[in-house]
Amino acid sequence: MAEYFDMGKYAFFVWGSYGMVAVCLLVEVLMLRRRRRTILHQLSRMIRIKERESA
Amino acid sequence: MSINWFKYSSPASFYPLAGSMIPWFTAAAVLFGLVGLYVSFFVAPLADWQQGQSYKIMFIHVPAAWMSMFIYVVMAFWAIVGMIFKTRLSFMMGSALAPTGAIFAFLGLWTGALWGKPTWGTYWVWDARLTSQLILFFLYIGYIALASAIEDPRRADRATGLLAIVGVVNVPIIYFSVKWWSTLHQGSSINFNPAGADQRALSMTDSMFVAMLLMTFCFWCYTIAVALYRVRCEMVEREKNNDWVQDLVKSGDA
Amino acid sequence: MGALRSILVRDLTIAMRRKADVLTVLFFFIIVVSLFPLGIGPEADTLRTIAPGVMWVAALLASMLSLGRLFYNDYMDGTLEQMLIAPQPLGLLVMGKIIAHWLLSGVPLVLITPLLGLQYDLSADALLVLVAALLLGTPILSFLGAIGAALTLGLRGGGALVSLLVLPLYIPVLVFGAGAVDATVSGLGAEAHLALLGAGLLLSLVLAPWATAAALRIAFE
Repeated sequence: MAEYFDMGKYAFFVWGSYGMVAVCLLVEVLMLRRRRRTILHQLSRMIRIKERESA
Repeated sequence: MSINWFKYSSPASFYPLAGSMIPWFTAAAVLFGLVGLYVSFFVAPLADWQQGQSYKIMFIHVPAAWMSMFIYVVMAFWAIVGMIFKTRLSFMMGSALAPTGAIFAFLGLWTGALWGKPTWGTYWVWDARLTSQLILFFLYIGYIALASAIEDPRRADRATGLLAIVGVVNVPIIYFSVKWWSTLHQGSSINFNPAGADQRALSMTDSMFVAMLLMTFCFWCYTIAVALYRVRCEMVEREKNNDWVQDLVKSGDA
Repeated sequence: MGALRSILVRDLTIAMRRKADVLTVLFFFIIVVSLFPLGIGPEADTLRTIAPGVMWVAALLASMLSLGRLFYNDYMDGTLEQMLIAPQPLGLLVMGKIIAHWLLSGVPLVLITPLLGLQYDLSADALLVLVAALLLGTPILSFLGAIGAALTLGLRGGGALVSLLVLPLYIPVLVFGAGAVDATVSGLGAEAHLALLGAGLLLSLVLAPWATAAALRIAFE
């Protein structure tokens, strides 16, 4: 198994490529999720404040 | 039977539709990705006779480079649709794709460099393909910079749309000029065969082709899922004062 | 055509009253070109090889430097808004402004180039081709640059932003412009390069004013 992961001495290049793809896609998804949470959070607070004011 | 496409061009009715499509495309991306990785690493030949195992990089490099080009064309397509039908949603779809396109352009360069080192002996070659990929990355960066510099969303939509159209007209010209340039300046210091640059002298087997195709579908579905997710964020941010957004947030369906 | 000419005359007249703007761009070009030998070394062979590339990159930067004022003053004093509602086609008026921009920022560079070429030990043939290529290529820079200038009109950090948008589009001009001189030096003949630059000029002449006009309309909506 360790031999397989060694990729015939190309481990750095192969895993460096796959690793960067994984990191980039993961970071994109996480940042998007944070963006969505932030805006929804803000919005629900805004709505609550507005309802309190009208009540 | 006719579907009223324009009905879905309004954010209020597209928002739930996009929401219901995201899980499907996510699932498809994961499925294609897992099968694709399995075929890449366990079914496809262990090593290319010339390049050894470093050729495994191809299974993500080629799809990433394809996606980066394809996404730019799709962005221009949405811009044209937006200009013709004056639909906000088309512009939003276009700009939702840009960051993902930039990421794939970057990944194409990164994986290309890491593949180039063992194959050509250098991380970077001023070859037509690599150079035009770099320029495509610059075009994405310009697009994103323009989008974030304009505060009025209506102006941002149309200005970036126009930029995408101008860019897509120029891409073939840029590619042609870079190709011409690189054939005139053949680097002699590196062992580099321009005829085989396409496949980097790979002998493709069926399983290799299938793996590449599966990874392409994976990136494709990923792109659609992420773009829909981003367009939903954008809609909520832009229309946060509209009733339909506030109702959604109140009912917890957003 | 009358509208085009009156815009042209107007822009040139204004520029003649503020000569400093034109001279700044010209001296920027001269200084950038003169810096390279100081950075690289005075070997005549090296200088001769890099000369076309250096001249062209300096010309791209100089042309971009002057893009900021292409629409800005008219934008600030309301003239541009008048042009938008004028009965004359906006594309034509824009073309007048672009041609004025080229006459003010492109032509001076072309005229000074033979002199700078002497610093780089270029042969008379190479110099001639370089001037011809610049003559065909610098108007393309003005036409493409106008699109970028119109898109970024009135935005914060417009100067840096415009370079991000426009420089990638300048690449074909750089390739064929510098390539023309290289081809002459290596004895291949520069006709093909110059013909392509000419084709590019025609294409940008037709498409760019139209795109610029669209961008200006977007900026004012």
